[in-house]
Amino acid sequence: MQSEPVVQIRGLVKRYGSKTAVNGLDLDVSHGLVTAVLGPNGAGKTTAIEVCEGYRRADAGSVRVLGLDPVADAGQLRTRIGVMLQSGGVYSGARADEMLRHMARLHAHPLDVDALIERLGLGGCGRTSYRRLSGGQQQRLALAMAVVGRPELVFLDEPTAGLDPQARRATWELVRELRGDGVSTVLTTHFMDEAEELADDVAIIDAGQVIAQGSPEQLCRGGAENTLRFSGRPGLDVGSLLKALPDGTEAAELTPGAYRISGEVGPQLLATVTSWCAQHGVMPDRISVERHTLEDVFLELTGKELRA
Amino acid sequence: MSAGTYSPRPGAAPLGRMIAAQTALETKMLLRNGEQLLLTVVIPSLLLVLFSTVDIIDTGSGKAVDFLTPGVLALAVMSTAFTGQAIATGFERRYGVLKRLAVSPLPRWALMCAKTLSVLVTELLQIALLTVIALALGWSPQGNPVSVFLLLALGTAAFSGLGLLMAGTLRAEATLAAANLVFLLLLVGGGVIVPLDRFPPGVESVLALLPISALSDGLREVLQQGAALPWANLGLLTVWAVVGLGAAARFFRWE
Repeated sequence: MQSEPVVQIRGLVKRYGSKTAVNGLDLDVSHGLVTAVLGPNGAGKTTAIEVCEGYRRADAGSVRVLGLDPVADAGQLRTRIGVMLQSGGVYSGARADEMLRHMARLHAHPLDVDALIERLGLGGCGRTSYRRLSGGQQQRLALAMAVVGRPELVFLDEPTAGLDPQARRATWELVRELRGDGVSTVLTTHFMDEAEELADDVAIIDAGQVIAQGSPEQLCRGGAENTLRFSGRPGLDVGSLLKALPDGTEAAELTPGAYRISGEVGPQLLATVTSWCAQHGVMPDRISVERHTLEDVFLELTGKELRA
Repeated sequence: MSAGTYSPRPGAAPLGRMIAAQTALETKMLLRNGEQLLLTVVIPSLLLVLFSTVDIIDTGSGKAVDFLTPGVLALAVMSTAFTGQAIATGFERRYGVLKRLAVSPLPRWALMCAKTLSVLVTELLQIALLTVIALALGWSPQGNPVSVFLLLALGTAAFSGLGLLMAGTLRAEATLAAANLVFLLLLVGGGVIVPLDRFPPGVESVLALLPISALSDGLREVLQQGAALPWANLGLLTVWAVVGLGAAARFFRWE
């Protein structure tokens, strides 16, 4: 596995007129992994990706993709990356297989088009022209077009927006297969479960900056505390329980008989709590562990109010 | 698909193969589009047949078909290089086709090259069809084929530049409306079926400067009157080609 990041962004700034879309963004994308760029609408996800793809010139900062400058080395770069745009990209009168075959012809060693059509369930498109395909079929065609040239790195901009659950699963499956075969993937999404399911690495973007980055597990651990609750007889010695727990953990009796322990909740902590209960002759009832999801972390970091 | 199916193996196809594939696809899209066919095939053919056989417009001395065929050939060039190309490219820009192709292995210049080849292939089909119809109607062409070729090539360059300028700067819907309107206006006022001397002298001298007038008049000088090289019209078309292609290269926006 290569140690050099496939995408390296430092201090990226991109403005549209008076509006700053990306504001000093730093991001490293590791080779061979799936990196999810997560953020609310208007956070600058697409702009950042499009700078990497060579569509837009950075106003400040540096961007290297596969060691290349996306604008100056565009000719070299575009044979090595695969791009799925958020929408469009296909002649409105073209059939799905026709467009995919065409993209394959532009590459030296393309995938087997028929197998890819079958793999993504595009066989049912038949002779229908692109503009009459369903949204889901259009999305899957765009995904197929991104991978047909056997790229080293693929950029997927909201690959499952508007897909039904089956098609979403099929897309996830393909991304996992790409990863298995050593393709690096960068995808933007605002589905937390998608990032949690697929990504090795998640970068949360807000207001044009990366505000948190790490594996889903790291983010869930670091960003917010987890909680363990149990019921027991009222008036247990919370102070004694707290002594048994690691530093930084909190314990409280919320209402008589209802206890809450918050901190880094793991198997060890659970074992400590139950053995403390055993020593004190307490039968802990209704033990529940609430682990924060990426969604909690995301909302905590980006705020809960709706964005325009 | 088995393990290793997606193992990276990037690379561009040879340039010639990419351009050939792009040309074939562009031509296929054009020939599949009903509205485009109406513009490029049906209207020129109908005009040729109708005005040659029914005495609607006084086309001067000589056979009507000898006057009309050069005009309709000029119209065919305009319909493909200008109107058709402007509308198709405008919608390709609108639907992100140009954007997507910009990150494919196909370089931009190769895409433009394929577009031009696709226009030329279409024109070849149009000219073959119109020639057959005209000959059946009793057309007797004069002049030097090289001069005809020069006029058609320069006319194509001029109309392509103007069409791409429109497609690359206006919204797709505006391009659709404007390109059709221009087609209609130039059909009437560009010496295609109505001789320019039917207009008042002041208007006529302005209309004569239009690229469609230069092309139809130049073709007429050669094919009807047997002129060697219609320099004034060739010069006029060259100016339009330089201005149009220059402005398109300068102002074309890909998104």
